[in-house]
Amino acid sequence: MNELYLFLLMVIPLAAAGVVALGPAGREKSVSMAAMLLCGVITLLLLLAFDWTRAATMQFEASVAWLPRLGLSLSVGVDSVALLLIALTALLGPICVACSYTAITERVRTYYAWLLVLQSAMFGVFAARDLVLFYIAFEFTLVPMYVLIALYGSTNRKKAATKFFLYTFTGSMIALAGLVYVAWHAAEMRKGWSFDIATLELAARTLPASAQGWVLAALLAGFAVKVPLFPLHTWLPLAHTEAPTAGSVILAGVLLKLGTYGIYRFAIPFAPAAFAEYAPAISAVCIVGILYGGLICWVQTDVKKLVAYSSVAHLGFCILGMAALNTAGLSGSIMYMINHGLSTGALFLLIGMIYERYHTRNMKELGGLAAKMPVWATFMVFFAMASVGLPGLNGFVSEFLCLIGAFQADGRWGAGSMGSGLWGSGGAAVPGATWGSLGPWYAGVAGVGMIVAAMYLLYMVGRVVFGPLVEPAGHGHEAHGSESHAAPGHGSESHAAPGHGSESRATTGHGSESRATTERVHGVLPADLNLREILTLAPLAVLCLGLGVYPTPVLEAINGPVQKTAYMVEDAVKPRLAGERAPAGVRPVFDLGGHEATNPDGTKPKEGEVIGQ
Amino acid sequence: MMERVTYLYPEIALFITTCIVMIVGLSRELKHRKLCAPISGLGLLAAGVLATGLVPGFHVATGAEVDPTAGQILLPNLVPYAKVLVAGVGILLLLLQAGTVDRVEEARIASGRAAFNPLRSNRAEYYAFFLFSLTGLMLCASADDLIWLFLALELTSLPTYIMVTMSTSRHSSQEAGVKYFFLGALGAAVFLYGFTLLYGATGSTNLNQIHHAIAAGGLSGLSLAGMLLALLGVCFKIAAVPMHFYTADVYQGAASSVSAFLAFVPKTAGFIAILLLASCAGWTHGAGDSLPDALRTVLWVIAALTMTVGNVLAIWQNSVKRILAYSSIAHSGYMLVGVVAGPGGGTFATSGIAAVLFYLLCYGVMNIGTFGVLACLEGRAGADGEPAEIESLDDLRGLCQRHPVLGWTMVICTLSLLGLPPLLGFFGKVPLFTSAISAGEIPLVVVLGLNSAIAAFYYLRIVGSCLLEKPETTTGIVRVTPFGSRPAGALASAAGVIVLAIFGNGFMAASEKAAAYDGGHVEKKEPRAAGVPETAPQALGPAKAEGH
Repeated sequence: MNELYLFLLMVIPLAAAGVVALGPAGREKSVSMAAMLLCGVITLLLLLAFDWTRAATMQFEASVAWLPRLGLSLSVGVDSVALLLIALTALLGPICVACSYTAITERVRTYYAWLLVLQSAMFGVFAARDLVLFYIAFEFTLVPMYVLIALYGSTNRKKAATKFFLYTFTGSMIALAGLVYVAWHAAEMRKGWSFDIATLELAARTLPASAQGWVLAALLAGFAVKVPLFPLHTWLPLAHTEAPTAGSVILAGVLLKLGTYGIYRFAIPFAPAAFAEYAPAISAVCIVGILYGGLICWVQTDVKKLVAYSSVAHLGFCILGMAALNTAGLSGSIMYMINHGLSTGALFLLIGMIYERYHTRNMKELGGLAAKMPVWATFMVFFAMASVGLPGLNGFVSEFLCLIGAFQADGRWGAGSMGSGLWGSGGAAVPGATWGSLGPWYAGVAGVGMIVAAMYLLYMVGRVVFGPLVEPAGHGHEAHGSESHAAPGHGSESHAAPGHGSESRATTGHGSESRATTERVHGVLPADLNLREILTLAPLAVLCLGLGVYPTPVLEAINGPVQKTAYMVEDAVKPRLAGERAPAGVRPVFDLGGHEATNPDGTKPKEGEVIGQ
Repeated sequence: MMERVTYLYPEIALFITTCIVMIVGLSRELKHRKLCAPISGLGLLAAGVLATGLVPGFHVATGAEVDPTAGQILLPNLVPYAKVLVAGVGILLLLLQAGTVDRVEEARIASGRAAFNPLRSNRAEYYAFFLFSLTGLMLCASADDLIWLFLALELTSLPTYIMVTMSTSRHSSQEAGVKYFFLGALGAAVFLYGFTLLYGATGSTNLNQIHHAIAAGGLSGLSLAGMLLALLGVCFKIAAVPMHFYTADVYQGAASSVSAFLAFVPKTAGFIAILLLASCAGWTHGAGDSLPDALRTVLWVIAALTMTVGNVLAIWQNSVKRILAYSSIAHSGYMLVGVVAGPGGGTFATSGIAAVLFYLLCYGVMNIGTFGVLACLEGRAGADGEPAEIESLDDLRGLCQRHPVLGWTMVICTLSLLGLPPLLGFFGKVPLFTSAISAGEIPLVVVLGLNSAIAAFYYLRIVGSCLLEKPETTTGIVRVTPFGSRPAGALASAAGVIVLAIFGNGFMAASEKAAAYDGGHVEKKEPRAAGVPETAPQALGPAKAEGH
């Protein structure tokens, strides 16, 4: 029965999408909400039925034959990591529906139908235990998101949607080549094609080093675009800015996690040695992303773009933790996936609420909203703090773990050998050091990113939430920056009355159409948040607080899979170091258990270079 | 000799149908004339059923059962697969042909302004040519001789020149027809020249003997030149670089229903010819066989260029028909990847031949949907009473809102052409990936992947036009054609794109079988040079058992 649940998670939203698209008009909100909540209930049942004592094993596994000639099957199953991400998806689903109630007024049925299709595809990604099923779900998220951005976004939406689609599609075509290569390697060994992920993970261990490098490159091409890592991130700010609120929430909350999840689930297990070898390079890219993203945020005037760029920086932390390849780093990374989904999703919700009221996201036109929207302001400050990484809130736990992971992942100190680095040379032991090729320098530089994050987020909060009240002078889109630079005082006076207008999109046949425009939005939205909006934010806030104060259950839950992954990488790297059988040109960057790493010619490898740069 | 006939039941059925159609189409009674299409459909159905070899008393021999020196033994199982495929897709194509010719003439007769004049009516000829072309295509699959192959290819092509010309009364159709004819003649001359060189080099026109000669003596300079020229000529049929120049103009000039025909029929004929020629040249049916280096390199380059040229040029087009024409070029490039990959290990996932054969099915099904939607729409009638063809992207704006069924057909088929999972195009592409990677052609796979990504540019424009744009008020002039079978054809194609993706395993198995080599017969009768490994004949086993 439990096995069916995972299939149900994929089928229910799809079926609901069909009902919404073809059924009677006017029911779309309730039908989609019901479907999303039903998925939530199923997820809850799954969480209860899951055997957390053996979290690393795949549970609820089920498989249905499908195109056996190609070795495909509809296989599903989850470990605790996948299940938690499913839970995140299921949590954000109803929230996305709820936050669209008043924002979407045109082509409503299409909107909710695509939202549901997207939900189904996202469940599919996390539940898949067949590589092709994963890939299908992964790719299929593109179409709904493309439509959501291109139909319901703001001014530049088509360009944003197309850019989003093309970037991710290009990356994933290359990733497909890499994945098929792994499948081929497995087929060579097993004499039969199969895309079963567990089988492929086993087979990938025998991939030669050079092949692993290429596989890693191909997979990263697909997943790093989605994350997005630094040089490949350019689609993200545009897509976020143009997307409707629910689109942004899903994009930040779940879709970006498809990239990190892909790296965790495929790039590391399929190319463990190569991932370990290139971990410094990957981390370097992450750190550049962290700092660069942070600095870009600092100069943004568009609130939504600011949060979008902050995602680039935050996910840099996430991948940095992953590249540490030790328990702390990997746990932090997975925690980060969940936490980022909660806090950034909430920030996008909050910005969406402002946008619905003022039709601007320009920080110059907004200010001191705490005076007028105390509830909103409270949430804003709270989630900004969570995003900054204030201790006691969820962001802190994961960010700290990622940095600790990177800090400790320094094999040179791990067993007291070597220790020729620039930092504390002479074998100054990092407490709890693990093998790995990062180290304090990586963690230290990345840590600067936390400060930058505090700067830009607090700057934004200070400007928008506190200070003198500023509201857009004009109404609606036209006011987007031209005549609206009124002095703060002026703005507050002329709009002290809740009379900011809206344009046609905010109307919902409320009977008040004939009245003045200024009145219309009032029929729908109060000055501060209404109950629906508070209810969409409250669960996120509770979780942010809960995961910040007491993250232990989640950390324990993901400990099993994380250790499995860490050991797996270690196993893959060990033989390469043990006998120095690494092919010429591959510099061993690890040193395990007291072994003196030497090159075949007897000289010591120049490891200092890694740190020194 | 009778065995030869058993080889040709489907073609015979089609030929008889053709003769009937030619007579019926000239009847003075409208209701009789209208029978042309149904009769053609029945003929195709009969041919398809006969080709399966399941009809008692009409066992269709494969080449290997016929005298090995006569019947084609290189890819003997290709024959039934190709013929069933041709019959099936032919029926879909037939649905689109309703009203392509004689529309104005029939209207005049119906209104009493003119009497029926057999000389002015084109219906009989049109359906006859349609069937002749498909007959030629089926004959290609059975070809065991260069002369036969040449005649079959020409029988496929010649009717299409006329179909293009008569498809509309516009000048552009005539221009397209002439252009197509002259370039087609050039292509035919090139591969005929190649055939003569092959004959000169090997001393035989029989494919099996050419195969043995090349297997024994290697690919001599002369035979290599012959093979290259033959491939180059066939590139015209599949619209591959460097023989692709006609494609966009011809597809644009012809009526959409005929463009759909052009995108499938000559392409399939060309790929069958390429598979046969490549089998002659190199595949000795051992596991991991590949073509001689020179040939492989040429095909590699043609494949990479064809994909890239097709996709890149498609980006710049504004006419949907031209986009689809360039996309048709690109898809030929994708399929050539399968040819480069070769027979591989013989299983579906590793055999490039199986991948090509399966992709032909996928392409046939999904492409009919796109051209079919274009054929379903028409503009305002011109001075001669013939409605204008729809081709610009603007005409498709908001199609999903104006005509949801047609719009969604277009969207689904276009996304399938893009290769977006979980639609049929994706499952067509995966075997190309797997087989090429199995054959070690990783750079080519990367080219294939990148090209699939480039293709997203222009396919998204079509999808965007249909799905996202608001219908313009001025596009009210675009309306749905009165011929009900055209939407039916397009819809069937969209349904096929989804259904075959879910239940495609049988077709995958069939294409695997079609690509398999029946080693047993030859090994017995003509032991070949040592070192040729015994191949797995298991794939054919059941089929023969049920045959006898």
